[in-house]
Parts: sequence; C-alpha cells; structure tokens
Amino acid sequence: MNKIFLVIKREYLSRVQKKSFIVMTILGPLLMAGLFIVPVYLAQMSDEMKKIDVLDETGWFMNKFENSSRFNFEYVVEDLETAKENLTTKKGYALLYIPKPSATVPSAAVIYSEKQVSIDLKGYIKTVMAKEVENQKLGAEILKEIRKVNPEYKSFGNDSISKESLISEEILKNIKTNISLTSIQMGEEGKEAKSYTEVSMGVGMFAGILIYFFIFLFGAQVMRGVIEEKVSRIVEVIVSSVKPFQLMMGKIVGVALVGLTQFLLWVVLTLTIVTVFQTIMPGSVEKKSPTEVFSPGTRIPAEASAVTEEAEAVSSSGMSVISEALGSINYGIMIFSFIFYFLAGYLLYGAFFAAIGAAVDNETDTQQFMMPVTIPLILAIVMAQFVINNPEGPVAFWFSIIPFTSPIIMMVRIPFGVPYWQLALSMGLLTVTFIGAVWLAGRVYRTGILMYGKKVTWGEMWKWLFYKA
Amino acid sequence: MESYFSAQNITKRYAHHTALSGVSIEVPRQSIFGLLGPNGAGKTSLIRIINQITGPDEGELFFNGEKLNPRHTEMIGYLPEERGLYKKMKVGEQALYLAQLKGVSRQDALKKLRFWFEKFEIQAWWNKKVEELSKGMQQKVQFIVTIIHDPSLLIFDEPFSGFDPINVNLLKEEILNLRKNGATIIFSTHNMASVEELCDNIALINKSHKILEGSVKAIRKTYKTNTFAIEYNQYTGPLRAILPASYELLDEQQDDDLTKATVRLPAGVSQNELISALLPHIALHSFVEIIPTMNDIFIETVNKATSDSTNSQNALL
Repeated sequence: MNKIFLVIKREYLSRVQKKSFIVMTILGPLLMAGLFIVPVYLAQMSDEMKKIDVLDETGWFMNKFENSSRFNFEYVVEDLETAKENLTTKKGYALLYIPKPSATVPSAAVIYSEKQVSIDLKGYIKTVMAKEVENQKLGAEILKEIRKVNPEYKSFGNDSISKESLISEEILKNIKTNISLTSIQMGEEGKEAKSYTEVSMGVGMFAGILIYFFIFLFGAQVMRGVIEEKVSRIVEVIVSSVKPFQLMMGKIVGVALVGLTQFLLWVVLTLTIVTVFQTIMPGSVEKKSPTEVFSPGTRIPAEASAVTEEAEAVSSSGMSVISEALGSINYGIMIFSFIFYFLAGYLLYGAFFAAIGAAVDNETDTQQFMMPVTIPLILAIVMAQFVINNPEGPVAFWFSIIPFTSPIIMMVRIPFGVPYWQLALSMGLLTVTFIGAVWLAGRVYRTGILMYGKKVTWGEMWKWLFYKA
Repeated sequence: MESYFSAQNITKRYAHHTALSGVSIEVPRQSIFGLLGPNGAGKTSLIRIINQITGPDEGELFFNGEKLNPRHTEMIGYLPEERGLYKKMKVGEQALYLAQLKGVSRQDALKKLRFWFEKFEIQAWWNKKVEELSKGMQQKVQFIVTIIHDPSLLIFDEPFSGFDPINVNLLKEEILNLRKNGATIIFSTHNMASVEELCDNIALINKSHKILEGSVKAIRKTYKTNTFAIEYNQYTGPLRAILPASYELLDEQQDDDLTKATVRLPAGVSQNELISALLPHIALHSFVEIIPTMNDIFIETVNKATSDSTNSQNALL
C-alpha cells in the first residue's frame, strides 16, 4: 500500500510543479473574477432609457425610486390587470407591482416584463425597498425609544435629541429586512412564465460547466500520463515493482488531488480578487453604516452621503445583489455536491480515459475511442441549457440520475433546490458506476500497457476483460 | 546443483496463440542463465511471469525454495527490453522514486545512488532531466535503477541493445561482478557471442516450447562434429590426395605461404590419426578443433525444430 502513495506523490508533485499548472492557477481566478465583475459593468454601460411602471399598493415607496440616466420610474394608479395590459401596449420595460402586505410591512414585490429584467435593476429595486422598509422600522423603533424617555413626544421635527445615540445593535438587527422580488416574464400572448432567478441559473450553469471542464481537463491528463508511460517505455519497469492496478489508481488519484488543489486555489484566489476589487472600487462597496441606511427616511442630516447615495446604490446594486443571491444558495450542499460530483464524475471518466491511454500507442490513435466516451459529457452540457429553464422536468430528472450525465446536470439543478432522495439516488448510482468503471478499466489497462505496435479495436479490448491476470 | 529459481511446466495462453507450453527452467544459485530463442518464441512472456507482471495459466514458480509471491518483487531486479524513463523527470529524483518503489528507504536509496553515480562517473547528471541525456547515458541510469535495491535475482532482457561497445564492456563487467557478489542472473539475448562469454547455463525456447537446455560447455560438446582446422605449408598438392577417403575435406584455401583447410573426421576417428596422416607430407603450423559456436547451435536447433514441426503438421494433414 505504501507503494500506491509513492505513485500518488509522484503524479501529484510532477504536475503541480509544472509551469502550465501555475499559469492556469493564476489565469483561472482572473477569468472567474472577470465573470463576476464584467457583467456588472457592461450592464451599467448600456445607455438605453428604460421605463418602469410602479404600481405601489402600499404607498410606502411613493417617489422613492429615483430616475437615473437609465431608469425612468413612473408611478401608476390602476388595477394590476390594466397595468399589465398597458405595459404591453405602451412598450414599457417592466412593471413593478408592490402588493399590499397582509399583516406587517411590505416584504415582497413582483416585477412583470417581456424580456428578462436586468440584474442591476432588480438589485436597485430591492435595495431601495429594503432601505425604505428599514427606515420605517427604524423610525418606529426610535420613536419607541424616545417615548420611553418622553411620552409626550409626537414626532420628529426638532433636533434636540441625537437620534444616532439611540440606535443600538439590537435595533439594527431588528430592522434588517429582506425583500423578495419575483420576476415574471410575460409571453407573447400575455402568458406568464415564471422565470427563475438569474443567479441560480448562473451558479448552476457555472458549476455544470466547471465539472465538464474539470472532467475533460483532468481526464485527458490521466490519459496523457498513461500514454507517456507507455511511449517512454517506463511502464514495464514500474509494473515489475507495483501492480498495474496500483499504478493506474495512483495516477487517477494523484491527478484528482491536482484537480482539487487547483479548484481550491481558484476559489481562494477568486474570492480574494473579488474582495480586493470591491475594496478598491469605491462605488462597489456595500456600505452598511447606520447613517447611510436610514438617512433619507429619518432625515438625519447626512447630506454628503445622501447626495451620492442613489448613484452609488445603482452601481453597487449589481454587485451586492449577486453576493446577496449567492448568499441565499445552500452553500453546504453546493460545495459538498460539487466536490462529490467532481470526484465521482472524474473517477468514472478518468478510468475510461486511463483505459484508452493504455490501449493506444500514441495520442493520435485515441480519437476513435474518445468519441463514444465523450458523447455523454457533450450531451449533458447541451441538455444543461434545457434543464436550466426547467430544472424540475423529466429531462432534468433523468439526466441528473443517469450516472454518465448526472455530474453535470445535477450540479446545474442543485442551486434551484433538489429533493434529497433524488440527490441520494443520483450519488449512489454514480458511486456504483464509477467502481464498476474503475474495475473494467483496470482489466483493460493491465493488458494494454504491455501491448505495443498493435492497432487495438473495441473487440480486442472486450477480450482483454477476460484475460487472467 | 541447487536451483535458486525454478519454473515448472509453465503454460500461458492468449486469445489467439499459446505463448508458453509446459516450459520448465532451473536456474542454479549464483549463475548466469541464458534464456534464448527467436523473436516471438515466448521469452518475454516467461520473463513477465517471473516478474509477476502477468500470471501463468498453468505451472508453478519457486524462488529460493519458496513459492513465488508478491514479496519477492523486491528481491528481483528487472531490466526489460522495452525500457525507458520519465523524460521530464530529473535523473536523481527518478532514480530515487524507482528505488523506493522497490522498497528501499529514501536514505538508503540516496546513499546507494551516490555510490553508483560516482562509480559510473555520472554525478553531474543528478539534476538533469532525462530528455537531456543521450541514449547511452539513459541506459546507464537504467542499469543503476535495476540493481539499486541489491536484488538477489536479476533479469536482463536484451541488456546490450542500445549500448556502445565501451558501455557493453562496462555492463558485462558489472554483470560478472554481480554474480561474483552472489546474485543469480537470468539473461535473455540474441547476441550469441555474449552468451558464450557470460552464461553458465541456457534454455532455448522456440514457438512456446523449450527445445534445448543445459550448461553451455556441455551443449557445445554434444554439438561437436569432430571437425578440425589446420594451417600448413611446404606442400602444394591437393590435400585430398593425402587424406584417407573417409575424411571429409570441407574447405581448402591458399593464403600467402600458408594453406588453411577444414577437415571433418568420421565418428570414432581421433585427431591423432589425422595428424599422423598429415605429418609425413606437410609442415603443420596450427591445429585447432572447431567447436560449434552458440550461434551455429542456435540456428541449427531452431531450424531443425521448425522443420520437424512443419513435417509433423504436414503428416497430420
């Protein structure tokens, strides 16, 4: 057993010391950070004026949404159906509907539109609404505090009392408000299809693509490693010391660890870059200082911040809404599943790649064997686009259960929420399948690595499965 | 003599052919054993079975009296015919890795590698990548990693291929040294001259069957044909005229003032009778018995076996 660790160690060290690994480790996070940052800036660059009708049944937010260079808010007073019709006929961009809350303060709103609503608009609406609701709550809390001291006190107006001094940690915690904003896309004939949040889609697709990419990248590394050993003719020296299966598993595990290392470094570096970016770009900082949160509502003199506030809110909203929505995803399950599906999916395909590497004499001969192996992967990435629009449909279900496509499709589904039994079934099946694949690959591998100068066919490989060791 | 390694009735079949059928070999302790045979005879299959890379379908193997088992891999050093090193890996690091795979601890391996690198004067290569070395240099490194764990059984498959004559000599010396120091060596080659030079015993395998075995000396003796080479002068007539009719004159050549000839005597006739027949007529300069080379024996035996099997096949048809 000691020997398999030697093999793992060599495979791991020889790869992480390569220049290409180091370059990828640095470039990856830059690209990923770019994925977070660039869309926000692109959205801000578009200069088309968008008209948004606001149907506010609560009356809380009258004139709170301020027109900017890109958004023009227009308050309407009519019933929802008329407003929706008007939106279609008047070619408005979106209709924001804030229904009267049944009991307490408003905490939900619906946004109707024909096209997908841009993420920064949604962010802005949520920020403004949350701020307003928080202000109202804070006003009430402060009033309560003041009345404890002076029961005669009716309302704000004179500044004899410093309101800041009354704000406690507890109050700040109490007033924290989460606004849920549902976006509904209206179809051609006014049909309404519920659209899932972009962030869930983004995270799901991103995770799926990352798995796809990792399986290909590291699976191919296994294959190349096997071919290298075969071509350099070192394999016979090594298998006289370790069992071919140990050599194969050592390589697969070693490369898996390289993949995990790369992934963890990417996560850490990406987070670092995004954090650094948020810190050095002043407009992107998510300020949560008390003065700023309640300044417009309670009219505490804080002109300086109040003036820049709205402009800042728009630019920061894109960023903050992403982090906010990212926060709403169940990270525990997400990370656990990602690591599981990465490892299991990689083991499944890595085993096949190792067997292919063993069967051929050079990389150009791999084509005919690669095709059938990669078809399920490619199919999965194609299906991911359907799945993301309907993450609970039968296509999504079956492709996330079938082991050959489940690593990708399940990762796409997880941000939308997947029943635990489906997750368990999918993981169980994948585990059984990769154990089977590793076993089969081991049999092809041990015969293939010692076979030179022979064009191998599928039939030939089939026979190898039954050779005695 | 006590055998250090023995294979008994080894049979190995693949889908379309039988690589070995009922082959047995006995390798005496501290000897060099030549495993001979034409390409595709089954030598590499047998060597792989000895190294436990593959297993036999039938038959048993014994290592120093024990049944061959995975623990023995650390006592075997194997230099395969298809050999190589990781091209991108540094020489020293790679040698350490391969030594550790054979169960040598890191410290021991370092110590021994230093000794051998010094002996072969290749210390300067330690931090070079293998791809920077010439083929001959790589072979030296390869030889060192084969013996680094002090194996008691060494298997060399075509060890001299790819070496220049200087390195071939170095290698031969080392092989003889290894035997002197107690190692038992199995050695497969097509180079029959080196077999005569190095091997104590041989087994000849042809088409999955063992067709000849024994000590090199004994085999060459049995293949003697009572043939003699002579050099003489002071006689210019045909040699045939002075030889008894039953003697066969195989060759006769005039070379400057000496004539060279080859004569085969009938069975039972001694060389002294030949000398007595010649002496009254010629001045004899040299007289040598022609002992068949392993090369001749190899070709003769393999051809005979091949024609036999063709005949028997024809008979069956």
